[in-house]
Amino acid sequence: MELIWDGLVKAFHLLIMLDPEVLEVTWLTLKVSGTATLVSVLIGVPLGATLALSRFPGRNFLVSLSNFGMGLPPVVVGLWVSIFLWRSGPFGELNIIYTPLAIIIAQAVIASPIVTSFTLAAIQQISPRLRMQLLALGANRAQLVWSLVKEAKLGLLAAVMAGFGGVVSEVGASMMVGGNIKGQTRVLTTATVMEVNKGNFDVAIALSVILLALAYGVIVLLTTLQQWRNNHG
Amino acid sequence: MFLKKRLLPITLLLVFLLSIAGCAQQPAQQEQPQQAEPPAVETKDVILATTTSTQDSGLLDVLIPEFEKQTGYVVKTIAVGTGAALAMGQKGEADVLLTHAPSQEIPMVESGVVTNYQLVMHNDFIIVGPENDPAGIKGTATAAEALKKIHEKGALFISRGDNSGTHTMEKNLWKAAGITPVVSDKYQETGQGMGQTLTVAQQKSAYTLTDRATYLAQKKNLSLVILVEGEKALLNIYHVAQVNPEKFPKVNADGAKAFVEFMVAPDTQKMISEFKVAEFGEPLFIADAGKNEEDLGK
Repeated sequence: MELIWDGLVKAFHLLIMLDPEVLEVTWLTLKVSGTATLVSVLIGVPLGATLALSRFPGRNFLVSLSNFGMGLPPVVVGLWVSIFLWRSGPFGELNIIYTPLAIIIAQAVIASPIVTSFTLAAIQQISPRLRMQLLALGANRAQLVWSLVKEAKLGLLAAVMAGFGGVVSEVGASMMVGGNIKGQTRVLTTATVMEVNKGNFDVAIALSVILLALAYGVIVLLTTLQQWRNNHG
Repeated sequence: MFLKKRLLPITLLLVFLLSIAGCAQQPAQQEQPQQAEPPAVETKDVILATTTSTQDSGLLDVLIPEFEKQTGYVVKTIAVGTGAALAMGQKGEADVLLTHAPSQEIPMVESGVVTNYQLVMHNDFIIVGPENDPAGIKGTATAAEALKKIHEKGALFISRGDNSGTHTMEKNLWKAAGITPVVSDKYQETGQGMGQTLTVAQQKSAYTLTDRATYLAQKKNLSLVILVEGEKALLNIYHVAQVNPEKFPKVNADGAKAFVEFMVAPDTQKMISEFKVAEFGEPLFIADAGKNEEDLGK
């Protein structure tokens, strides 16, 4: 019990004192996971919308692949991204391994199937009659997709939240492709693992509280957006 | 229609690539101010593959900033077990290695994978266990004898099981005891770093082999006590080595050389020997640069 209390006190201290190292780690976490989520939205929303609106051979296979990808283990993604980015790998020349960009790539791979599948579900569940109506009103394909995306905003924001939640919490891929390098690729999850290894359980608890607060803060923001649009739209 | 169909994916691809490119530039920009003071160098990143004990004890947090300040290089420290660190060296994925398993390192020196192999420091391994010492190993003359007793009494021993330097030492000690340990309910492998393994041993009231630095750094959380120590066979010796640029043209040879030189420089050696002495009342590491390995522990 004492440990939990100490941890909470420590978290309070680190936050109140604006510990520069913790701030740096927290900011990097937000930047990396935010960018990865953005990339996955740019990939996943058009992909999900396309899958939802078109019929072609092999579509079911792609949909099952995307649904399966929602559960991609971060360590597996980390390992494969590492293999590609290592000096001996096909993209070794780019010197990306152990940089924030490497983590962004790995996290985007993790989040893209999540966003794709959520988008697919959100758009596909819109009544097909709306589509007919829009087409009858003379909408071209771009206008049609845009209208449907707007109609599916509740589900799409859920997609963004699920994607962000998936990447901000993962540790396996960040550790492997980022290397937990102080001042460069240390994010909240990898720092927590390291502090546990060091036996600094109070700091680890503090970091975990900060991670939860950060994740919750972002989700509150997105939820507000989701519900506000819903109430006023 | 055709163009419109293609336009969306193409735009998205462009946006994606631009955002990636934008991110790629970020680290470069961040590093600029650091470069202002120290001397300018060609390839700045030096990848250091090392054991967990150097990071978990906090030693690297003291040494790395000093090295970066002196030389202008930026060190990317990858703290894994010695086994994994050496494997990174084998593949040319690291520039410089700081590890503690001479029996694994020497073949790499001989095969030319690494060069500039230098003695840096040592401390020692200890066998820790629950205070009531169910296997009665306190006071045994050698570690091998102690392991034999633990085995015979059927007491629980927690092994790293991760090919780390500590695990290598443990395997050598079992060999000396004439026992081949098999994973069972009395011999368990964590596959994790020393810190985590000590926590597991603590929670399970088990014996384990640990380096002294990690044990001391963790002591505030542990009720495990030192039961076997002081034998020469238990010396824990750290070497630094450059990954051979002739074998792996992509390594940062200048940066690696600078790091090796830094680790054995008198000022650095002084920092190592004074590291955390005030906190623990004893040094975590004993600086050894320039000494003969045979003379250690005498």
